[in-house]
Amino acid sequence: MTHFMKELYRGLIKENPIFVLLLGMCPTLGVTGSAMNALGMGLASMTVLIASNFVIASIKNLIPDKVRIPAFIVVIAAFVTIIDLSMAAYLPDLHSQLGLFIPLIVVNCLILGRAEAFASKQGIGASVLDGIVMGLGFTFALVLLGAAREMLGAGAIFGFKFIPESADGMLLFIMPPGAFIVLGFLIALVNKMTAKKA
Amino acid sequence: MADAKKKKKLESTFINMLIVLGGIALISAGLLGFTYTKTKPLIDAVKKQKFENAIKEVLPPFDRLGKKYLVKGKGNEFDRLELYPAYKGDALAGTAVKSVTNKGFSGDIWVMVGITDDGTIFNTSVLDQHETPGLGTKMTPNLVPQVKGKNPASYKLKVKKDGGDVDAITAATISSRAFLDAVSKAVGAWKKGGKK
Repeated sequence: MTHFMKELYRGLIKENPIFVLLLGMCPTLGVTGSAMNALGMGLASMTVLIASNFVIASIKNLIPDKVRIPAFIVVIAAFVTIIDLSMAAYLPDLHSQLGLFIPLIVVNCLILGRAEAFASKQGIGASVLDGIVMGLGFTFALVLLGAAREMLGAGAIFGFKFIPESADGMLLFIMPPGAFIVLGFLIALVNKMTAKKA
Repeated sequence: MADAKKKKKLESTFINMLIVLGGIALISAGLLGFTYTKTKPLIDAVKKQKFENAIKEVLPPFDRLGKKYLVKGKGNEFDRLELYPAYKGDALAGTAVKSVTNKGFSGDIWVMVGITDDGTIFNTSVLDQHETPGLGTKMTPNLVPQVKGKNPASYKLKVKKDGGDVDAITAATISSRAFLDAVSKAVGAWKKGGKK
């Protein structure tokens, strides 16, 4: 368990994919207009990450070095398409919200990055664990970003409005520039927190 | 498990690469084909359900939908509009017009407009829009109730700025104009060639 907690700390804070590694910025900035979308995107990415880490760790010795990247991409793309189709069938509302960003998980460098940097060198168990903690870290960061933007931009959290119905939030934060601004502040915050501990 | 055996990696010979990549691609393709055939009926049902709900929302209660038809207008004005007659028993309950405009702030706006026998707009619903986030979604609470139950013969489908009867969304006059353009087009097409 302590091993798991240590790993969890690594995924959530120390090597957080978004705040520290700065991987997968495209979906990060694109879908975090609301906390709900961020959560959906985070969970979808985490599922792909765990599945691809598992498969890549299990077949890593079968893949010749020179073709490893295309092999990884095919594995990842297959999982993404499966998730895409399943979401369209079982979660149509969320799917229509996230739309274009689901296929884009394929080129999310977080997933290829973990495959190349971790799963292709480590055992199956460690790779699945890495997928879980990195996925959690990714989801955590997305939800934090989405919640902050939704609160500032729409005066709501997970769709529940807490400011008067007639009042508006600051539209800027829902739009792309708001994503950059909030992300900047969050990264600064995480850096300050981790710098103190070190 | 795998690292216990410390198996050596396959060498990057041409044959190895060919077999491995081909094999991975084949397995992936098989999995995808399986998922596709499993989810296709569900996805189609969801799409159909969504579409029928959109029509139900804009028309008085009806039993069945008739075949869709098109109306030819001047030039290409009604080219992308589709009309769906809805029947209650044998009588026409109303016509749902799927209308579109390119006058929005960004991209096309698709609107479903329900028109009853006397030309009254029963209701409208926004199917798809890509307007500024936070403003575009206001079309449903702000504009839809304004045109609901109105007859275009006595109610001008234009924003007040342009001499019409509709209050535009604050800070989104272009989107408001575009929404009304789509509704007007639907009414125009229905007048010209709609079943009555």
